[in-house]
Amino acid sequence: MVGGVAAGLSDRCGIDANVIRLIFAVLTIGDASGFALYVLAWLVMDRQGDATSIARRALADRRSVALALALATLIGCVLLALEALGLGFAANLAGPVAFGAAGLVVIWRAGSDDEKSFLRQVVGQAPVLGLTDRPSRRALMARVVVGLVLVAGGLGGLVATRHPDRTALQAVASAAVVVVGFLVVFGPWWLALARDLALERRERVRTQERADMAAAIHDSVLQTLALIQRSSANPREVTRLARAQERELRAWLFEARAPGSFDASAVTTVAEGVAVVEAEVEESHGVAIESVVVGDRRLDDRLRALLAAGREAAANAAAWSGATTVSIFVEVEPTRVSMFVRDRGQGFDPADVGEDRRGISDSIRARMARHGGTSDIRSVRGEGTEVALIMPTTEDGP
Amino acid sequence: MSAGRTLRVFLVDDHRLFRAGVRAELGPEVEVVGEADEVAAAIELIGERIPDVVLVDVHMPDGGGQAVIEAVGRTHPDVRFLALSVSDAAEDVIGVIRAGARGYVTKTISGAELTEAIVRVADGDAVFSPRLAGFVLDAFAADPGAVGGAPVTFDPELDQLTPREREVLRLIARGYAYKEVARELSISVKTVETHVSAVLRKLQLSSRHQLTRWATERRLL
Repeated sequence: MVGGVAAGLSDRCGIDANVIRLIFAVLTIGDASGFALYVLAWLVMDRQGDATSIARRALADRRSVALALALATLIGCVLLALEALGLGFAANLAGPVAFGAAGLVVIWRAGSDDEKSFLRQVVGQAPVLGLTDRPSRRALMARVVVGLVLVAGGLGGLVATRHPDRTALQAVASAAVVVVGFLVVFGPWWLALARDLALERRERVRTQERADMAAAIHDSVLQTLALIQRSSANPREVTRLARAQERELRAWLFEARAPGSFDASAVTTVAEGVAVVEAEVEESHGVAIESVVVGDRRLDDRLRALLAAGREAAANAAAWSGATTVSIFVEVEPTRVSMFVRDRGQGFDPADVGEDRRGISDSIRARMARHGGTSDIRSVRGEGTEVALIMPTTEDGP
Repeated sequence: MSAGRTLRVFLVDDHRLFRAGVRAELGPEVEVVGEADEVAAAIELIGERIPDVVLVDVHMPDGGGQAVIEAVGRTHPDVRFLALSVSDAAEDVIGVIRAGARGYVTKTISGAELTEAIVRVADGDAVFSPRLAGFVLDAFAADPGAVGGAPVTFDPELDQLTPREREVLRLIARGYAYKEVARELSISVKTVETHVSAVLRKLQLSSRHQLTRWATERRLL
């Protein structure tokens, strides 16, 4: 069925699992004792692969036991009230159902992740229970309607089947007394437990966040620090590592992109593309790239070509200029996107660059021209180089 | 001009190591007259020593640099502020500038550049890093009304950049130093400084919705 209990029992006793399932089903139809037995078995049997049973784990969690008891008394109370109203069959169900429900609570809290997710799924499909994380308006409506129908049906049944004579009223009154009695005895305890649970839940969320953060910091910052210690003799490598780490943390803190989640193939906008260019060139050449992006828009083939040309320019600057910093400035305007790559390195005379150096002519000039853009390279010996790339765009979309 | 005398500088930063680093790196033109590692102490000591320029960290407990700038600005309007930060989040930049800082640089700046920036701020000019220039271009980019609704009253004097100011900011964003900007546009360095100061004033006084709203919106992108 659900907890793998039948299969477990059949493993142990050698009876076919389906026979066991049938027995449980028959008992459940009778007076719900099958349900209670099933839950009991789920509780006490060791799960395959687990060292301890759920019951043993649950006993260590005082709150879990209290919660199970609270639920059992709550359900017992409801069923006794039904009994007082003359709906006698309810009393037979009281024990097993109360026990079973309490057991499920314990399983929920102490069970393995599989079991928890299974129960969560079941609860998620029953919006009437209202236990989902964020009850939607529809779920709330459904709950109200179901509640109203039940109350109306109950009252209607009461009025229709028996005349509202003294005995019936007496039964209702006594049921009410029972309920009030239970409320007086258990009410404060139930309330305290509910508040306790809410607190615990908040605490758990916080713990979870802290754990995620610790993991992220471990994966990125601590790893980098270890690498920096190992390469302390190589200042260029240390700079590269520090810059890469800084970029990653910045993306995490200000753009809510988790460390390690950076994926070049998922790039869809100009700003993201520039961030990738910055990262790649810094990684491969060990210089600092200072990039500034104004505006943003969705990437198309032309803009990808622009970024590729800009990347080549930045890589050239990093490799040949001797400068330790390369600036990238990208501005997105309605009808064009411009990209400037600048270094304060040694500079060169474009006429002196040999025909065999294909980088500038192919990767920058030809690529830009092919897509309808322009490129301009200005370099002064001793002062540095600036590559200006301009790509016209059609005026649509952000 | 400040030529001929050393500038009195005060450091506010909650990282002791960073304060020590700045002290060691600053050139002979400036003298560190005091330092503080928290907002309250900074406000008190600055009021006592009246420095020319306060270097203030943006991120500190109890309100950060913005709180220091606002409190001191009320009692000592002559003290000038240069904001320093490791972060370039747009709302930080806009926040300290609107509080009254005359410039914003990141902590990766070299000692020589920082000294130059302090001298510039002491002279009443503004210091824009490439990134700050980019933020300003972004904030003043769209026509008023195109992004996030128009301000209630639109003042073209304050709410728009002139084409020349835009050109200057673009060059700064491209990594040009002020004197390189001047040469590129065939104007004097003083004129570049005038343009940048005008932009700073607009940034501080403009009621453009983009300036307050854009910073928070940007986070969500």
